[in-house]
Amino acid sequence: MSPGGLVQPAFEPKIEIENLRVSYGSEPPALDGVTLTVPARQITVVFGPAGGGKSTLLRTINRLNDLVESARTEGRVRLDGEDILGPDVDITRLRRRIGIVFALPVPLPMSIRRNLWYGLELAGERNRRILDEAMEKALSAAALWDEVKDRLDDPAIALSGGQQQRLCLARVLALEPEVIMLDEPSSGLDPISTAKVEASLQELKQQYTVIIVPSSVQQAGRLADWAGFFLQGELVEWASGRELFLAPKDRRTEDYLTGRFG
Amino acid sequence: MTAGERRLLVQRVAFSLLGLATALTVLPIILIVGVIAWKGAPALEWSFLFDAPRDGLRAGGIWPALVGTIYLTIGTGLIAVPVGLAAAIYLSEYARETFFTRAIRIAIINLAGIPSVVYGLFGLALFVLFLGLGTSIVAASLTLSIMTLPVIISTAEEALRAVPQSFRLVSQGMGGTKWQTIRRIVLPQALPGILTGVILGLERAAGETAPILFTGAALFLPQLPASIFDETMALPYHLFVISTQVPGMPVKVQFGTALVLLVFVLSMNVLATFIRSTYRRRRQW
Amino acid sequence: MARTRHPFEAAIEAIIRLSGYSAIIFVALISLFLLREGLPAFGEVPLASLFGARWYPIEGFYALGPLIWGSLVVTVGAALFAVPLGVAAAMFIAEVAPRWLREILKPLVEILAGLPSVVLGFLGVVVLVPAIRESLGLPTGLTALTGSLLLAGMALPTIVSVAEDALDAVPSAYKIGSLALGASRWQTLWRVTLPAARTGVLTAIMLGIGRAIGETMAVMMVTGNAPVVLLGPQALVAPVRTMTATVAAEMGEVARGSVHYHVLFTVGLVLFAISFVVNVLASMVLLKRRAASGRMLS
Repeated sequence: MSPGGLVQPAFEPKIEIENLRVSYGSEPPALDGVTLTVPARQITVVFGPAGGGKSTLLRTINRLNDLVESARTEGRVRLDGEDILGPDVDITRLRRRIGIVFALPVPLPMSIRRNLWYGLELAGERNRRILDEAMEKALSAAALWDEVKDRLDDPAIALSGGQQQRLCLARVLALEPEVIMLDEPSSGLDPISTAKVEASLQELKQQYTVIIVPSSVQQAGRLADWAGFFLQGELVEWASGRELFLAPKDRRTEDYLTGRFG
Repeated sequence: MTAGERRLLVQRVAFSLLGLATALTVLPIILIVGVIAWKGAPALEWSFLFDAPRDGLRAGGIWPALVGTIYLTIGTGLIAVPVGLAAAIYLSEYARETFFTRAIRIAIINLAGIPSVVYGLFGLALFVLFLGLGTSIVAASLTLSIMTLPVIISTAEEALRAVPQSFRLVSQGMGGTKWQTIRRIVLPQALPGILTGVILGLERAAGETAPILFTGAALFLPQLPASIFDETMALPYHLFVISTQVPGMPVKVQFGTALVLLVFVLSMNVLATFIRSTYRRRRQW
Repeated sequence: MARTRHPFEAAIEAIIRLSGYSAIIFVALISLFLLREGLPAFGEVPLASLFGARWYPIEGFYALGPLIWGSLVVTVGAALFAVPLGVAAAMFIAEVAPRWLREILKPLVEILAGLPSVVLGFLGVVVLVPAIRESLGLPTGLTALTGSLLLAGMALPTIVSVAEDALDAVPSAYKIGSLALGASRWQTLWRVTLPAARTGVLTAIMLGIGRAIGETMAVMMVTGNAPVVLLGPQALVAPVRTMTATVAAEMGEVARGSVHYHVLFTVGLVLFAISFVVNVLASMVLLKRRAASGRMLS
């Protein structure tokens, strides 16, 4: 039984998940009966050892899991009260409302400018001025504008790892989503770049709902307004950051946090 | 001799033999190109290239054959490239690994191995006779394009697959549909590889004789073909004729014709290699 | 699974799907038409004749035997030259040659692959045929041997490039492991790399031989016009007729719909069947290897 339903969130629900079960082919389920609610405009941290189902959770929310043939999904996921798992959902619009940044930065094989334009061009935007305005706004929000504003037409691949990752964040921001999901975004980054990304997230949460799979327990502790500990597909504990990190209720959570296993 | 010394000696001998085999493989290529270039160059004058043949093909030029080969190559490209590229996109981006997809791949390998003269028979039966197109440029081009299809499909598919999966993930993660992703990212990135395959495929089509023997090649035409339903002369067939069917053929003309065909074909080879290496350097991933 | 909602995209997808099926459609069409024009021969020509010993259409003799024999002799001869040379050259290029030499050799092999068969045939007629006639003291240089040499030239690039790819694909872990145990580079190549690339090399040989069997112009121009069956080593230095050369040479003068016409299509059927078998075998091997490396999601 998942504890998420027991906690009465004193917040505004953004994403509600009910009894979510995801399995790939004949393997044991990656997520088994998960129920939780993600609060709006806060940083929710989803952490735990490998194989916990964290990435699967993120990819189910924006239906990127649809691309995996063997994936089977049961249960309910609601965004602002609307079901997003049904066959009639407009996936394109869903993925613009929920953006995702992956662990390894993926600069598209084009200039920085065109990287930023890409999402909007997909949506049909053609006006150069609008595209450039969105680009500047997004790059500023990702704390990258000053570093690249003089070389917007250089290939994005020329940027450093940390810059590329902030580019990926900016790319997502350009679409003005409501939710931003980050899957271990600082795994390849040095501490300075990591600090910059984390600082951006603290800014961004005023406007966006952030879900992040952290690269370390320490990062989880630094960022979490809300947190969920996942262990082998099960949601062990779901509480505010303070409660979960300072006074975990479940023995397994405490063991993981103190490093008894990992 | 120590064991180590013996090992080294065996290695030297073995590697020398391998090198010898390679030389035996590669030397003929240099000799072939060299001999044709040396003996054919004297024939290369303006009139050789741009005049029609006279005196039972023994004198004059090869212009109609050259033009014919160009027509056939373009015709083949116009048909084989769209179909082949679409098929490659299907295999790379849409098809799932089912038994049926496997059957398609086996069919492609099959098409690649069918003897060229069998394509000629097929072209005769289907295009010339059954569809009533007669021996014509269009029948010959259709025949050549089916023969060229497997090369284009396999190189194009490989080029498409080489584009990193992460790009597709990012594009679809931002709400891009499959086709948008293909059109905006996958295809442009795969284009140089696809182009290389197309050029190599057309290179082969340009040099083939057997498929056009009964589907459109003519021995001698007083005028250039006026429509795609006309027959045409073609370089490979012309070379065949003047090296085996015409008595008293001046050797210079024979080698000259061979040289022109060789240059035509090899320049496509060089072009493809050039595109391939430039692409490798300019790649943004 | 997400469904495409836009009708324009659905239309494009349909075209792409149809083109994907096209390979199967064409193979089916080819079989269909070969059968259509070739099967009547079985009705028109007594089986005894088809399986007889003379191919002499003018007098009504349509034995396929001498033609198949001709193709066999020439192909075996070509294989005898091309297989050892090709595999050895592949080994050299993949494992022995220094980088700079590889960059020269590989394009050269590709040039050989691109040579039109009629060009090789032309050189065969003008250079090789007289050379063989004089050096071996034969009445004519138009022999199976000449054909084999040219065919070897055509099969070589296929064998070399596919085998070289196979050798290249052997994981360097194997090679490094062997060297670390004290083996010399040759020992590693011969005992580890080559066996590891076994299936790929075999595929290369099959594809090369398949190419040799299907060759038309080069053989037609240099093997003479003698559909006879000679046994023993003299077969190699006598003129022969291959199946491919027969079809190419005689189709032009044949009346549409005549017995000769149908029998030539039957020969085409035999060629198609042979290439079918060779290529299906080769593809089963090739596809098994490729299926092992699927695509991961991230």
